Amino acid sequence: MTIWLLILGVGAGSLMLRASFLVLLRGRKLPEGVILSLGLVPAAVLAALIAPELLYTPGTGTFAPFGPRLAAGLLAAAVAWKTRNLLLTLIAGLGLLLILD
Amino acid sequence: MTEPCMSSPGGSSSFWQGLRAFVPLVPGVMPFGMVAGIAAVQAGFSPLQSMAFSLIGYAGSAQLVAAQMLGQTPALLIILATLVVNLRFAMYSASMLPLFDGVPLARRWLLAYGLTDQSYAVTMGRPAAEPHPVAYYTGATVLMWLTWQVGTATGALLGAGIPASWPLEFAVPLSFIALLVPVLKSQPQVLAAGVSAVIAVAAHSLPFRLNLILGAVCGMAAGLLVQRWKERQG
Repeated sequence: MTIWLLILGVGAGSLMLRASFLVLLRGRKLPEGVILSLGLVPAAVLAALIAPELLYTPGTGTFAPFGPRLAAGLLAAAVAWKTRNLLLTLIAGLGLLLILD
Repeated sequence: MTEPCMSSPGGSSSFWQGLRAFVPLVPGVMPFGMVAGIAAVQAGFSPLQSMAFSLIGYAGSAQLVAAQMLGQTPALLIILATLVVNLRFAMYSASMLPLFDGVPLARRWLLAYGLTDQSYAVTMGRPAAEPHPVAYYTGATVLMWLTWQVGTATGALLGAGIPASWPLEFAVPLSFIALLVPVLKSQPQVLAAGVSAVIAVAAHSLPFRLNLILGAVCGMAAGLLVQRWKERQG
C-alpha cells in the first residue's frame, strides 16, 4: 500500500515539475535575467550531476579524489571532445574503469 | 507535402531525425534503467510495482533515491526528496518553453511527461537549422521512453541475478559527460559548469541530493555575472 502511494506521489510531483512552464505557466513573459540564465542550465546541471560521481565512491559515499572513476571520467571527456561520439565515450570510460577497478 | 501524422510540414522527418539523434544514447540509458529496476526490486518493490514506478514516475534518479530510502523514511518525506531531485525538470521546462509556440494543450501534457535529462540535452544540441524542434524533441523522447521502460522492466525481472560488482551505473555520468562537452561553447557556460561542479562536490553531504540543486544554482549565478560583466565591457 505504502509503495503504491509512493509511486503515485512521485508520479504526480514529477509531472507537475515537468509541466510547470511548458503547460501551467505558458504564455507568461519571462524576465530577461531568467531567459539569460536558462542558456546556462545544461552546463550547470550536467556538471553537478557528473562531478560527485567522479570524486565519491558510490554506495559508501567516501571522498576518493584521484581514484579510477576520475581517471575514467577524464578519458571519457577527452574522447567526447575528440569524437563527439557517445558510444565511444562509454566504451572508453567503462573500459578504463574495469581495468583500474 | 504535409505529413499526415504531424501538425506541420516536414515534421515527420524532424521526428525521425530526433529519434536517430537519440540512438547513440540508448547503450547508456539501458543499463541505467536496468540498475533502477534492480534497485527497486531489491528495496522491496514487486516487479509489477517496479514497472509501474517507471511508467508513472518515469524519473531515474528519483526512482533510485526512493529505492534507497524505502523502509527507513516515511513515504511523504521520500516523495519530498524525489521532488528536490527532480527540481531540474522545472528548469528544463522553462528553458524549452520558447520552442513550444502553438503546440496544443493536450500534447503539451504528453510531451511534458516525457521530459528527461537525455531528451532535453539531445533537443538542446539539435542542428541550428532544425525547422521543427518540437517534432525533433518528440522523436528523441519516444525512443528515450521505450529504452527506459524496456531497461527497467528487464532489471526488475532479472532482479538480484546481476553481480553487484559490475560498474554498470557508471554509464550514467559517462553519458552526461558526452552531453556536457558540446555545451561548453562560451566562457559563461564553462564557468557555470566549473562552479557548479565544485559546489556539488563540496556540498555532497547535504541530504536529498540538495548539493545538485545548490551547485546548479550557484553555477548559473556565476555564469550570469560573467555574461553581464562582458556585456558591460561591450
